[in-house]
Amino acid sequence: MTGTIHPITMPKWGLAMTEGLLAAWTAEEGARIEPGTEIVDIETSKITNALESTVAGTLRRRVAAEGQTLPVGALLGVVVDGEVDDGEIDRFIEAFQAEAAAAAESAAPPPEPKVIEAGGRPVRVLVTGEGDGTPVVLIHGFGGDLNNWLFTQPALTGRPVHAIDLPGHGGSGKDVGAGDLATLSRAVLDYLDAAGIARAHLVGHSMGGAVALATALDAPDRVASATLISSAGLGAEVNGGYVEGFIAAQKRKDLKPFLEALFTDPELVTRDLVEDVLKYKRLDGVEAALKTIAGNLFPGGRQATVMRDRLAGTTVPIQVIWGTADSIVPAAHADGLPASIPVHRFDGKGHMVHMEDAAEVNRLIAEFVAAH
Amino acid sequence: MSRKSFRQAVNEALAQEMRRDPRVILMGEDVAGGSGSPGEQDAWGGPLGVTKGLFKEFGPSRVLDTPITESAFIGAAAGAAASGLRPVAELMFVDFMGVCFDQIFNQAAKFRYMFGGKAVTPLTIRTMYGAGFRAAAQHSQCLYPVFTHIPGLKCVVPSSPYEAKGLLIQAIRDDDPVIFFEHKVLYDMEEEVPDEPYTIPFGEANLVREGEDVTIVAIGRMVQMAKAAAEALAKEGVDCTIIDPRTTSPLDMDTILESVEETGRLVVVDEASPRCNIATDISAQVADQAFGALKAPIKMVSPPHVPVPFAAGLEDLYIPNADKVAAAVRSVMGAPDRREAAE
Repeated sequence: MTGTIHPITMPKWGLAMTEGLLAAWTAEEGARIEPGTEIVDIETSKITNALESTVAGTLRRRVAAEGQTLPVGALLGVVVDGEVDDGEIDRFIEAFQAEAAAAAESAAPPPEPKVIEAGGRPVRVLVTGEGDGTPVVLIHGFGGDLNNWLFTQPALTGRPVHAIDLPGHGGSGKDVGAGDLATLSRAVLDYLDAAGIARAHLVGHSMGGAVALATALDAPDRVASATLISSAGLGAEVNGGYVEGFIAAQKRKDLKPFLEALFTDPELVTRDLVEDVLKYKRLDGVEAALKTIAGNLFPGGRQATVMRDRLAGTTVPIQVIWGTADSIVPAAHADGLPASIPVHRFDGKGHMVHMEDAAEVNRLIAEFVAAH
Repeated sequence: MSRKSFRQAVNEALAQEMRRDPRVILMGEDVAGGSGSPGEQDAWGGPLGVTKGLFKEFGPSRVLDTPITESAFIGAAAGAAASGLRPVAELMFVDFMGVCFDQIFNQAAKFRYMFGGKAVTPLTIRTMYGAGFRAAAQHSQCLYPVFTHIPGLKCVVPSSPYEAKGLLIQAIRDDDPVIFFEHKVLYDMEEEVPDEPYTIPFGEANLVREGEDVTIVAIGRMVQMAKAAAEALAKEGVDCTIIDPRTTSPLDMDTILESVEETGRLVVVDEASPRCNIATDISAQVADQAFGALKAPIKMVSPPHVPVPFAAGLEDLYIPNADKVAAAVRSVMGAPDRREAAE
């Protein structure tokens, strides 16, 4: 016997996920599997997505059936790399299930976000992962929060990963002060200070990309690398109608079309996803915070700060990731950047490319972070 | 964000609004408890402890224990609202509302209209309703249809702790009289409720669940019954939409009509007595405005037209439950499609 048996298990996408529905198998038993091959479609109350393999081999066994709802970590199937006979696979499955049952009894509670004081503001953060590597800090976009990284955060291992809520967002304080890019960048540095992080890899999405970039340019000694996803700050254009409509929408019906514009597949926008955003928007102070930030960063439907000219001069390694079908920030902003900056384009993907093609984006982040 | 009971959610909404706005006051029977006696003040916090702790924080000038005279203190609250305060009056059981109908129906509800739009009446009346508490016929009614009937009043019937907090803060900030209905049996229900203040707008139904086969509209506590029924029905392959109107006045008919246009089937669940209740109102409006979309007769799930029984077994039989909701859904699913039959 020379093969390796890899269990394929129910993923945990986001804090609230405790179980998922196996909607459909997309790989046949006996199929050759590569890292990135879609194996099954998983449905949760929040989102539906394809589970991609992280390993190579042959899908030898589908353990779970379509239509089954299973807890996070439950065995879905078995991929085998190399030669293993059926008896050994049976024994593996039996042992795995027994172990899972035992583990369920003594399971550690999943990590919960906490609110800490940073720079005089309450900042909500979810910290996962451990290890000696330089920490990663994930920075969401306008109107988003740390839950936007639900597919990203669990995939980055070997180092602490901090997903923060920017001022005015999620569970952080709703006082945004001047509410300009400098304020948001300062908030990231304040968080690094409060968390005792000397240097971090910053990963920013959309407006969070502009925040990560501004921080990298102004405080290069604190930033090990910057990954900019569908990023603001690289051109003047932005979908001003989106920004305005997102702020104005009070009802589910009004908000849903704007959230659908973030994805190329509108089916990804579930009732729960809309409800979560509405719950955030109903909090006292959120509307004023969003208006202040939008007034500073996107006045008149244009981006106020474009940092392209400063890219060539920085020592901080930067990579850029974009979905070519992004309808919020044009993917053309990734064109004509200095040659030192790797640009990864995802054909036909939308603004939330880190959710729509999570496995590949996660791989790019992990490799870039490991290399710097 | 943390798990809070319905009781805690209401208490937190009151405390946060009282901190934010000094014009917000509480008044009612035993909202502090112990007034005029040598014992502890804040002994009660209302009969079920909902306002407990507020007297300690805000003192006797803002948390007022009243005599057992609903007509007097509801009238006083309406007058205080018309002259600059934002009172939250607690009328212990909605069943007692009869003695202060004039103050509510003919005074508070009419001020804005009859004073040429120049008067505002930011009055919130909190009140307990509903059966299932073994409190007999005089303490168990669901009288929100009576108040829904009166133009000039807003009626709020929250279905969970999250809904209660956001809707109560909205009620206190609203410039019109609002009657806020709290189901006694829901007080211990828990769910995630944000620590920060937030508001849920009136007249916007909550889409509790999306399904393509049938639309269930449920009011207040009945939303929980509808959810249990929908889970059971999902196992039978019947996919339910559940709509919680949140407020019966204003009523979000748009959301209900749009859903019925999609599903073609409607079940309305209302714990109020069956004649002239919210179920009959919604059913009539759907029949009037979306008859052509219906694939089956509308089904209403309500209690029988009798006073709420005191005998525990009879009270349990009286209250609409998940089984009754599921049976109604099965009956509309089994009905022949009238539109196909007509072709």
